[in-house]
Amino acid sequence: MKARAEKLAQRILLVIALSAISSLILIALFIFKEGTPIMVKMGLRRFLFSSEWEPQAGLFGIYPMIVASLWVTLGAMLIGAPLGIAGAIFLNEFVPKTVLRIVKPAIELLAGIPSVVYGFIGVMVLAPLIRNHLGGPGLSILAAAVILGVMILPTVISISTDAIGAVPNSYREGALALGATRWQAVHMVILKAARSGIIASIILAMGRAIGETMAVIMVAGNTVKLPHSVLNSARTLTATIAFEMASATGRHREALFAIGVVLFVIIMLLNSFATVILRGRTTRA
Amino acid sequence: MSLNAKIRFVQLSLFYGAFAALKRVSMTMAERHITALIGPSGCGKSTLLRTLNRMNDLISGVRITGQVLVDGKNIYGPGTDVTELRKRIGMVFQRPNPFPLSVRDNVAFGLRVAGLTSRSDVAPIIERSLRAAWLWDQVKDRLEQPALDLPLDQQQRLCIARLLAVEPDIILMDEPCSALDPIATGKVEELMLELKKQYTIVIVTHNMQQAARISDVTGYMLLGDMIECGETAVLFTNPQDRRTQDYLSGRYG
Repeated sequence: MKARAEKLAQRILLVIALSAISSLILIALFIFKEGTPIMVKMGLRRFLFSSEWEPQAGLFGIYPMIVASLWVTLGAMLIGAPLGIAGAIFLNEFVPKTVLRIVKPAIELLAGIPSVVYGFIGVMVLAPLIRNHLGGPGLSILAAAVILGVMILPTVISISTDAIGAVPNSYREGALALGATRWQAVHMVILKAARSGIIASIILAMGRAIGETMAVIMVAGNTVKLPHSVLNSARTLTATIAFEMASATGRHREALFAIGVVLFVIIMLLNSFATVILRGRTTRA
Repeated sequence: MSLNAKIRFVQLSLFYGAFAALKRVSMTMAERHITALIGPSGCGKSTLLRTLNRMNDLISGVRITGQVLVDGKNIYGPGTDVTELRKRIGMVFQRPNPFPLSVRDNVAFGLRVAGLTSRSDVAPIIERSLRAAWLWDQVKDRLEQPALDLPLDQQQRLCIARLLAVEPDIILMDEPCSALDPIATGKVEELMLELKKQYTIVIVTHNMQQAARISDVTGYMLLGDMIECGETAVLFTNPQDRRTQDYLSGRYG
């Protein structure tokens, strides 16, 4: 009796687990099935690198969106990574452990704020600031980069903090015992020892930034044009899918799925990169 | 022993919160001698050692009364530059702890910390330090390799070389051989006897034979008290205190 119940439980868990995994696989297959034909028909190069996106005219070049996504993401990294790493260093090395224990969960909580709220703040506060002080329409690549930079902070801080916290105390002691100051110990030894974890945190944050949609739609301004300055409006890959999916049919619809494929590949690459780096660290230590 | 007193503890007490880890310890350590601190785990010998380079400062809630005089100056007095102090008083840890850098960068670390960065200035110091730690022949062709790839005993001697590069006058050793096998231990002990010609060495050890082999003076500690200290040969053959006798003959606890 007991053994049968045990078996049953196992079976049920197996089915549930398989359905989770298979839905992932199905989604991936579906996106690729819908998205690849147009890339093949048009030629991958024309799809990726031509600048005309006019669905009515049958022109599907996503280069402006790729550029917009890259600019927004790079901008977010330039803002979020230094802040996040500095925060992680500060929490680990310069304040008592009790502060870390309180502040870190609070920061992780920031990850739970809906992105529409970040976007709202961007529209109401940040965009006018940029418009009035730097010029341009305000809703811009810069605005999107700043908002995303803040949004990725929890990811960067949380993983970097873990990485720095995992550096053996003996390195810290060894450096200080040689007459190093706290800061010298940090940048000459501890950051080097925690390097792989910190890089992984940046890569994962990058994945988040590329994939983020709602906040970017709200603050980036949504012009499908090759941007020339960070003060220009632009539309990212994700924003394009979200905007046009309701009205898209036929080839247009295929093109949106193809954008999905591009995003999928970028994020897969980033994530596996991060995994490899993190694994490299654990096998070394 | 009317030798130059390099280090003097005067009525030194140390508290972790309300717990007294050191109780009014007084002791003198002579220049260019090896002083060993022995005693059971938790007796305060490592804590006493760490008062010398103020590593206990890193632990929150530590309070100290009394004095630690190095060259006649209280290192807990106002105006002590702790990083400067730690350059003068180097430390070798229980587990070899080379940094995850190359062999060369490990030895150069203390120099870089002190602001010496030019490669041509650093190179001769690196060679001299590695030679002094009897490591040069083994690593001279692998200076760029990660220090963590060296065998443990070489790692420990690398940690010693790393200290010697900054030319300290006192070397603290916290059970430096406990992670090493007997042959490697022998090499490090021999090295210590050589280093004693130039440096004042204080070693904490669990290993009474080691204390007997290499030290000139031994202090026996128990529960934060310095029970007895004196010339090693005398202390080991003719301990005055009953508790020292018990410990040395293995009747402790």
